[in-house]
Amino acid sequence: MTPSDRPLRLLLAVYLVLFLAYLFLPLGFMSVAAFNEFRFPAVTPWRGFTLKWFVALAEDPLLWDALATSILIGVAVVLVSLPLGLAGALTLTRLRLRARSGLYAMLVSPVLIPGIVIGISTIMLWDRAFGLKGNWYIATFAQASFISAYAMLLFLARLQRLDPQLEEAALDLGATPRQTFFRITLPFLMPAILAAAALGFMQSFENYNTTLFSIGIDQTLTIYIASKVRTALTPAVNALAVIMIALTVIGTVVFEITQRRKAARVALAARRRRAADAAELDRTGAAPAPR
Amino acid sequence: MNDMTRTLGRGGTAMCIGGTAFWIVVLVLAPHVMMIDFSLRPSLILSDAGGPRDHWQLTNYANLIFDPLGGQIFAKTIWASIMVTAVTLAICYPLAFYLAQIVPRHRLRLLMLLLIVPFWINEILRTFAWQILLAQKGPINTLLLDLQLIADPIRFTRGNAGVLIGMTYAYILFMVFPIYSAMETLDRSQIEASRDLGARWWSVHRYIIVPHAKPGIASGCIVTFMLAAGSFAVPQILGGVDSLWFTQLIYNRFNVGDWNAGAAYAVALEALCLVFVLAMMRLFRVGLRDIAR
Repeated sequence: MTPSDRPLRLLLAVYLVLFLAYLFLPLGFMSVAAFNEFRFPAVTPWRGFTLKWFVALAEDPLLWDALATSILIGVAVVLVSLPLGLAGALTLTRLRLRARSGLYAMLVSPVLIPGIVIGISTIMLWDRAFGLKGNWYIATFAQASFISAYAMLLFLARLQRLDPQLEEAALDLGATPRQTFFRITLPFLMPAILAAAALGFMQSFENYNTTLFSIGIDQTLTIYIASKVRTALTPAVNALAVIMIALTVIGTVVFEITQRRKAARVALAARRRRAADAAELDRTGAAPAPR
Repeated sequence: MNDMTRTLGRGGTAMCIGGTAFWIVVLVLAPHVMMIDFSLRPSLILSDAGGPRDHWQLTNYANLIFDPLGGQIFAKTIWASIMVTAVTLAICYPLAFYLAQIVPRHRLRLLMLLLIVPFWINEILRTFAWQILLAQKGPINTLLLDLQLIADPIRFTRGNAGVLIGMTYAYILFMVFPIYSAMETLDRSQIEASRDLGARWWSVHRYIIVPHAKPGIASGCIVTFMLAAGSFAVPQILGGVDSLWFTQLIYNRFNVGDWNAGAAYAVALEALCLVFVLAMMRLFRVGLRDIAR
C-alpha cells in the first residue's frame, strides 16, 4: 500500500462499518421488539418493557414438538450424510475411473439445485414408489441428498492432505485394510468428520424449502417459525429470535475460544521444544538430532 | 479398482461403492426421474390414472409457457434473481477485497466472527426482521417521514421492493465468503509489484485481483442466484398478492392437488438454475471443482 492509498483504505473501513450496521441493525430491532408490551412485533409504539412473550413462547406445546422434530431430523441427517459423504469421497479419490469427473458432478449437483426442487422430487419418489405421505424420515432423505455433498467436499479436502505413504506403510507392515482404515484413515479424518457433523446438523436445523415439501403435516422448528410469522403473529416469535441469536453468539464464541486454546497449546508445545533443544545444545555443545 | 481394494479391502470397497450408488440412485436420480415422469403426465382423476389418457405429453410445459401469469412470473423471477445477484456482487466485492487484502490479521478474526453470526441465523428470522423494519409504521417509514423525504409511508410489501430488499439481505453473505476465500490466496506482493510498476488501482483489479478471484466470484454468483430463484420464505413473508414468485406458483399447484403441473414448474426452475450454472462457468472459464469448494 502506498501513502496515496490511505483515503481509499479509510473509505473501505467506513464501508465495512456501514455493512456491519446493515447486518446487525435488523436483528437488533427484531430483538428489541421481543421486550415490547405492544401485542404486535414492533419497536414503535413502545408500550413498556415486558418478558411475557418469553413466557407465552415457552407455554406453546407446538414449539416443543417442533424442536424435538428438528433435533430428530438433524441427528438422522448426520447419521445418513456422514457415511454417504465418506463413501463418495473415498470412491472418488481411490476408484480408478474414467468417468470420475462425471461422478463428481453427479455427487455435487444437489448443492446447486434449489431446495424446493429437491423436496418436491423426493416426495414424488416416495409417494409413487411406496404410497407414503410426507414425514420426518422422507425429509431426512431429502436433506441428506445435499448435506452428504457438503460432507463429501469436506472429506475430499482433508483426504487430499493425507500422506498415502502412511497407509502404505501400515499395509506393508501387515495391517489389514480394516485396521489401516480405523487406525490411520479415520483418525486422520476426525476433524473433517466433526466439522461435517456440526455443519450438517446446523444446515438441517435451519432448512426450510426442502423440508417444507417433504415433511407433510409435521413441523420442524423452522417451519414452526415460518407459520408463526405468516399467521399468528405475536412478539413470541421475537422472543424465539432473541434466544436463537443468543445461542448462535454463544456457540460462535465458544468455538472461537476452543480454537484459540488449541492454537495456543500448539504454540506452547513448539516453544517448549525449542527451549529444550537450546538447553540440549548448551549442555552438549552439539545440535540435537532432528526430531 | 486395485488401489481401492488394496487400501480399503473388498468389504470396504463394496461399502463405499454401494453407499455412493445408493446416494446417486435413491437420493438423486430416482427422485428426478419420478419428477420428470410426473411433469409429462396430465393431471387426471384417480379412476383415469393408468388409463388410455395417462401417457406422456407436453401439456404441463405448454401451459407454463402460454399461461400469461406463469410465463410472466417466470420471467420476473429470472430478472429479479439476476438483479439480486448483481447488487450483492457489487456490495460484496469491495468488502471481500478489504477483508482479504487490507485488514490487519489480528482484527480479521473478530470481523469474520461478526460476519458468521448473522450467517447462521435462520433465513426466516432474518426475513422477519425486515418485515418489522419495512412495516407501514415501522422504523424506516418513520425515519423517512420525520426527515420529510416522503409524504406518505411506503408500502414495501406491495410490489417487489420488499422481496428484493429481503433477498439481498438474506443471501448477501453467500456472496462475501466465496469471494473472500478466493481473494485471500492472492499474494499481496503481486499487488505491490504492479503498483510499483505504475499500475493504477483499477488496472490492478482488472488484471490481477479479478482474474485471481474468478472462481470465488462465479461461485458466489451461482449460489446467490440459485437461492434467490428458489427462494420461498422471502416472497412468502415480504411479498404481497401482486408480487408472486415462481416458487409460490409451484406451491400453489401443489396446494390445488395438481402435482403434475407442479412437477413441470419445478423442472423449469431446475433447468433455469442449470443454465445459469453453465453460463457462469463458461463466462468465467472455471470448472465445477473451482466452484464447489
